[in-house]
Amino acid sequence: MTMLGFPRSDGRKGIRNTVVVGYLVECAHHVAREIAIPLRDRDVHVIGFPGCYPNSYAETMMERLCTHPNVGAVLLVSLGCESFNKYRLEYAIRESGRAVMTIVIQAAGGTRKSIDEGRAFVAEQRALLDEMTPVPMAAEELVVGTICGGSDGTSGITGNPAAGRAFDMLIADGAACIFEETGELIGCEHIMADRAVTPDLGRELEASVAKAARYYATLGYGSFAAGNADGGLTTIEEKSMGAYAKSGASPIAGLIKPGDIPPRGGLYLLDVVPDGEVRFGFPNISDNAEIAELIACGSHAILFVTGRGSVVGSAISPVIKICANPETYRRMADDMDVDAGRILEGKATLDAVGAEIHDLVLGLGSGMRTKSEELGHQEFILTYKTFEPIGPACLPAA
Amino acid sequence: MSNADHEPREDDPRLLLLDSRDNVLVTRARIRGGETIAVSGQAITVPDDLPLGHKLARTDIAGGAKVIKYGAPIGLATTQIRTGEHAHVHNVKSDYTPTHHLADERTRYGSEP
Repeated sequence: MTMLGFPRSDGRKGIRNTVVVGYLVECAHHVAREIAIPLRDRDVHVIGFPGCYPNSYAETMMERLCTHPNVGAVLLVSLGCESFNKYRLEYAIRESGRAVMTIVIQAAGGTRKSIDEGRAFVAEQRALLDEMTPVPMAAEELVVGTICGGSDGTSGITGNPAAGRAFDMLIADGAACIFEETGELIGCEHIMADRAVTPDLGRELEASVAKAARYYATLGYGSFAAGNADGGLTTIEEKSMGAYAKSGASPIAGLIKPGDIPPRGGLYLLDVVPDGEVRFGFPNISDNAEIAELIACGSHAILFVTGRGSVVGSAISPVIKICANPETYRRMADDMDVDAGRILEGKATLDAVGAEIHDLVLGLGSGMRTKSEELGHQEFILTYKTFEPIGPACLPAA
Repeated sequence: MSNADHEPREDDPRLLLLDSRDNVLVTRARIRGGETIAVSGQAITVPDDLPLGHKLARTDIAGGAKVIKYGAPIGLATTQIRTGEHAHVHNVKSDYTPTHHLADERTRYGSEP
């Protein structure tokens, strides 16, 4: 199987060639959505930040997403009076070699004129990008993220360990793989620290989980939804043990934060819990917030393991849905790419399902599309957070 | 996930032992209320439906003892849990943050599970 990618000026390659329409405040969201509608089935995706107050995390996220290798061109939509630094974002996108335009609704003359102007730019960019010739791409150029959502008592037995096997295979290929949600690693911190490539990194991993435990304790909830309990999960530490299995068995090469791009192949933990005192509410208000962060770290594709049955996809990067629960799979097969419940029924081994997931990821680079892409899922959410930069022990030299 | 240390006491084939240190078993298929099943060699009549992915006690678990799954503690028994009994939010609690669930609300408003 030969993967093909779209080359970008920073040396990375994309497995998609998406036009992004990015709104810079909720007040511009409707216009952005209307601009994208005529071409929404042709890789035109809407992302954005709803807030009117400035936030450096959100500005970093938007910059990383707009310069993601799967993105070919960007239209920014501003109301005009919001605090988002649209000048810096447009500059960064242009410096990355991508076509970019900013529509300011107040200057353009309102909704209708902005939509017309935006649709013309998007159609023009779509046509130009469709002329681009992709080049061969190696598995070692891939970044792959993993998340679980709508977990149940099957997730930790089938889907998550199968995703972990796929991670081990991708890392053996030279790819960078990212697992996340430190709030769902509570209880696993010590066994995880033992897998770090240096003792100092191990201490950083433990500290990131301790931070998550403090943060969630202050909020009064764990990273645990009512449906998790319906599905047989009893405590956050039980959910954590299942979620941890997604990380596979490879050594942990580094700890990164949203927007940090892995410097080389290997396994990375993404710390998604904000730094400092608790503010702005829950670290990740829903699964798509975490998916957006994994993509901002350069993920070309996301492995999403579900037991209860999530239907989501994402803007920018394809989401492979791995269904852990065989009953759910039978009910929702149209939304699922992988039936990992076969493991529970004795019809497939963890290794076989892991290999199937690995091959699907490579297939995304040679024309295959996921169920959620075919169904038009392009969910995206970005909210307020604060982060300090990672410490020197977080990315040990190779 | 080895069960090498596990004494060969009989369990219903729909029950999965994930680690030899575990004191709970996981259902790999739904078990209907009223069925009598083997748990650690004992015949246990299950009072209510046990959906896929739920846990039942593999041994008697004393109140205050750790509940072990995947060979790791996943919480504390809040009361004694007898062999074969459903181990879940009504008798197990987290050592970290309380578990939020809607089971009581469903009962209150009479909704189907």
